[in-house]
Amino acid sequence: MALLELRGLNKHFGGLHVTNSVDLELEAGEIHCLIGPNGAGKSTLFRLILGEHHPGSGNILFAGENITALKSFARIDRGLSVKFQVPGVFKGLSVRQNLEIALQRQHHGVELAREIDRLLTFLNLEADQEQTAGNLSHGQKQWLEIGMAVGLKPRLLLLDEPTAGMSPEETHQTGEMVQRLNVDGMTVLAIEHDMAFVRQVAQRVTVLHLGQVFAQGSIEQIVADERVAAIYLGQAHV
Amino acid sequence: MNGLPGFLRRLEGPQTIGRGPAFWIIFAIVLAIACAYPLFSDGYTVGNTVYFFVWVFIALSLCLIWGYGGSLSFGQTAFFGIAGYSYGILTLNFGAAYGFTLVALVLAVVIAALFALLLGYFMFFGRIAGVFLGIVTLAVTLMLERFMAQTAGPEWRVGVARLNGFNGMSAMSPLTIPWPGGDIVLFADIGLYYFVLGLLVLVYLGLRILMNSSFGNVIVAIRENPERAEMLGYDVRKYQLITFVIGAGLAGLSGVLYTVWGQYITPSSMGMTAAALPLIWVAVGGRSDLTSTVIGTLVVLAAFQALTIYGSQYALVFMGVLLVLTVLIAPNGLVLGAMNLLSRLVVHRGKGGV
Repeated sequence: MALLELRGLNKHFGGLHVTNSVDLELEAGEIHCLIGPNGAGKSTLFRLILGEHHPGSGNILFAGENITALKSFARIDRGLSVKFQVPGVFKGLSVRQNLEIALQRQHHGVELAREIDRLLTFLNLEADQEQTAGNLSHGQKQWLEIGMAVGLKPRLLLLDEPTAGMSPEETHQTGEMVQRLNVDGMTVLAIEHDMAFVRQVAQRVTVLHLGQVFAQGSIEQIVADERVAAIYLGQAHV
Repeated sequence: MNGLPGFLRRLEGPQTIGRGPAFWIIFAIVLAIACAYPLFSDGYTVGNTVYFFVWVFIALSLCLIWGYGGSLSFGQTAFFGIAGYSYGILTLNFGAAYGFTLVALVLAVVIAALFALLLGYFMFFGRIAGVFLGIVTLAVTLMLERFMAQTAGPEWRVGVARLNGFNGMSAMSPLTIPWPGGDIVLFADIGLYYFVLGLLVLVYLGLRILMNSSFGNVIVAIRENPERAEMLGYDVRKYQLITFVIGAGLAGLSGVLYTVWGQYITPSSMGMTAAALPLIWVAVGGRSDLTSTVIGTLVVLAAFQALTIYGSQYALVFMGVLLVLTVLIAPNGLVLGAMNLLSRLVVHRGKGGV
């Protein structure tokens, strides 16, 4: 069964169609990457899924339920979670408190402390737990936010450029982490420009172009697709 | 503090400065001095100290909404005034028998909180934020002031209570505690002093517990990054509204105690100056911490009163200068800056000694 289903999703700002009749189905348990040139509508699609924007028309179904009219926080309650493109950590608070805020709805007391410790180890941030999050390196902030998003134990994890600003090695580690989470049953939808990351993790790839689904398939199919090369991959990547 | 029940353990935490035995020993000493102080002073000075204490509640309300919550409200004086007038209207009509003044105190605070619930609902659920929140709340305050200012005529009355415009409403009953051997009337000296001090300690400790709870975590999270907080599953608007209502209740408590203290309230308590002064106390003290807010408010109030000897205009100019200096030197607050410096020195010395 499809975990997430987008049906004929339209969003336009003035005369500009940012997403134009987007249909997309995400199978439960897959790692799906969303690629496409700048301005293709990838981030807007995320905002629509998360409820930060509301579509002009079309429907969003999550686990069979129509969530198109739900507020963002209610969608998170249903099992969605996101890591933003620009690290969205609570800069003035300690690393530990950041995680506590993410986890305190599901865990309490001693169990909460243990869960935070476990996540700190997972993120390799134990030594920095009392550090103010704003003082972390860019990569560490990315990790911390991924940790917060993952800490909700979502059914669907949305990652908006999770490896932006990371070294190749860090990118590879992030890929391994995403795969580990996936093995545990988490469905992942990631926007990513880094094709090394896409090759590493993606089970299916969707190419967005000018607000529409341009191509879809396995990474091999996408890379072999000459039309995709013409609009996107041929330019700078591969 | 591991042997204590859960909620008491929240007296300390990342959201409040001061932890460990050293802090609580100082707290106990300060409290003991505060309790003993009326024994070594005269009624007038004690009454004046009550006046300072009364303002701390509205300062704490701003600390909560602005310092912790990140929403600048100019409207705390509106709740102050609403509760103050409510107390006046209630006690002028129903008297002080059977401990009704205490009921009136609670009712007045509740009325202010309900008003905040209504106003806050439209603001937060209408996604009004940032500077616009300040503008709307200031407008509400000034509107109330204008409204009350034109109520001098005899037609403006609620029951027997005349609103009285700028002449002010007066002669409401002081707080009266029913007692078997005769009612205890809390006049604005020793009696009221202990009552307000007790409330102050309760509110201060209660807010420490609240801010170090999971609720407090969400409040500061919203200040830091509302979008992220929402995307962790928190209904940001609901949390902002609850904080706003609690803050309004505290500001209302200030208003009632002020009215009780002077048995008098006028529309100027909701005017521009009245709205701006608490912001200055809290900004100078350090809005993001309860303790620095309390200390800052008391110090600035005392300094302000000392300066009014030379004319209240000069004192107001001084307040302006103080605000500018704070913004330039220690944007997070002078008292908070000093407290942080002190704790760093202590930690440094501790390390050096090892």
